Amino acid sequence: MVKPLFWILACIVMLNGCASRSVSLYEELGGQAKINEIVENFVYEIEYNDTILPYFADTDIDRFIEKFAEQLCVFSGGPCSYSGDTMKQVHGGMNITEADFNLTVDLFINAMNKANVPHTLQNKLIARMTHTRKQMLYL
Amino acid sequence: MGLKKLISSTLIFCTSLAWAGDGKLIGTAGLNQLEGSGGGGIVPWATLSGYDTRDEISANAFITQVNLEDYRLNVLGASVSLYDRAEFSVARHVFDLTTLGGEIAQTVYGAKFKLYGDVIYSDWPQLSAGVQYKDLEDTAVANLVGSKDTSGTDVYLAATKVHLGAVGGYNLVWNLTGRLTKANQLGLLGFGGPQNSDYELMLEGSLGLLFSRHFAAGVEYRQKPDNLDLGEDDWIDVFVTYIPSKKVNFTLAWADLGSIAGATGQKGLYFSVGGQLW
Repeated sequence: MVKPLFWILACIVMLNGCASRSVSLYEELGGQAKINEIVENFVYEIEYNDTILPYFADTDIDRFIEKFAEQLCVFSGGPCSYSGDTMKQVHGGMNITEADFNLTVDLFINAMNKANVPHTLQNKLIARMTHTRKQMLYL
Repeated sequence: MGLKKLISSTLIFCTSLAWAGDGKLIGTAGLNQLEGSGGGGIVPWATLSGYDTRDEISANAFITQVNLEDYRLNVLGASVSLYDRAEFSVARHVFDLTTLGGEIAQTVYGAKFKLYGDVIYSDWPQLSAGVQYKDLEDTAVANLVGSKDTSGTDVYLAATKVHLGAVGGYNLVWNLTGRLTKANQLGLLGFGGPQNSDYELMLEGSLGLLFSRHFAAGVEYRQKPDNLDLGEDDWIDVFVTYIPSKKVNFTLAWADLGSIAGATGQKGLYFSVGGQLW
């Protein structure tokens, strides 16, 4: 009974080990052009969402586009450095709820879907963004 | 004074209803397992059964059928989840003895509390502790096979974690549960018996891959005691789950439940439909 479980685990570990480490996620995604496309789609998603749009009422959208693209470049291991404000500075006072945060994650996923980013790359990118969550919620 | 209290608590409850929500990410609420708790199919997980976040509440219902060689288990259940912190559930089991004739019914009441973490976002796995109180209604078979009690309480501790993009870019979910139990075949054959009538620690595990935001597949394993000396086997299943929306989920599994009440080789299809009511 335990044997099949062991083999499944072993397969998963091997599958994972074979994944290439030499190409950066930034390159896998398609570089800055693809990141810019995701960010543009994301802004469009936000514009048409009545729940999330109010959070951006005082936002300079051009600056947001520039800094968020920079940030995604850094997260994906691209040749950029982030020159924007800290996540705490940006989201402080907004009291963002868990539900609205997750809704925004959904909008971000929509943006990646519309940019034809494969599911597996979407997960990899999101995995590198999750550490920012605690600097954004309920502040 | 009593009436005032009732009205105010009703008001609080109704206000709570307004906060019914589905703020979790799709798929992260899991399913309702056989005994009604939020989980996989046969194993309770650390996740709570609804899509509520810490500001929301939710209610869920599910129906499950397991068709075996000589038996058929029908389960109908419901659960509420409060602020992604506490879960209360009830499940009704009707176990048809399709070969022998007759049925065994029992009700399982469950409570679970989240102790730590978030299945996706915390560094360590989400941890929850829970109880399942099982009350056997049809006691004839349990008495016949020599069980000691006709009701019992299971206590469990569960750890669950999603690893984003962990397997070739696909999200991996695992769960490990330790359960203290005296139940024979979920409690359908009573609690304790001639072989053993003390609490024993049983380990249960689940491992799944999320192939998209709507499809998951995996395996589950559940260790079982053999209090009755009838050769009760550990359970294993292989499942596919389809989650088209946060409102509904469908699970199809192949379950190998081994020997039940002396009838060996009990294998068959497990089918479950669950969903969030509000």
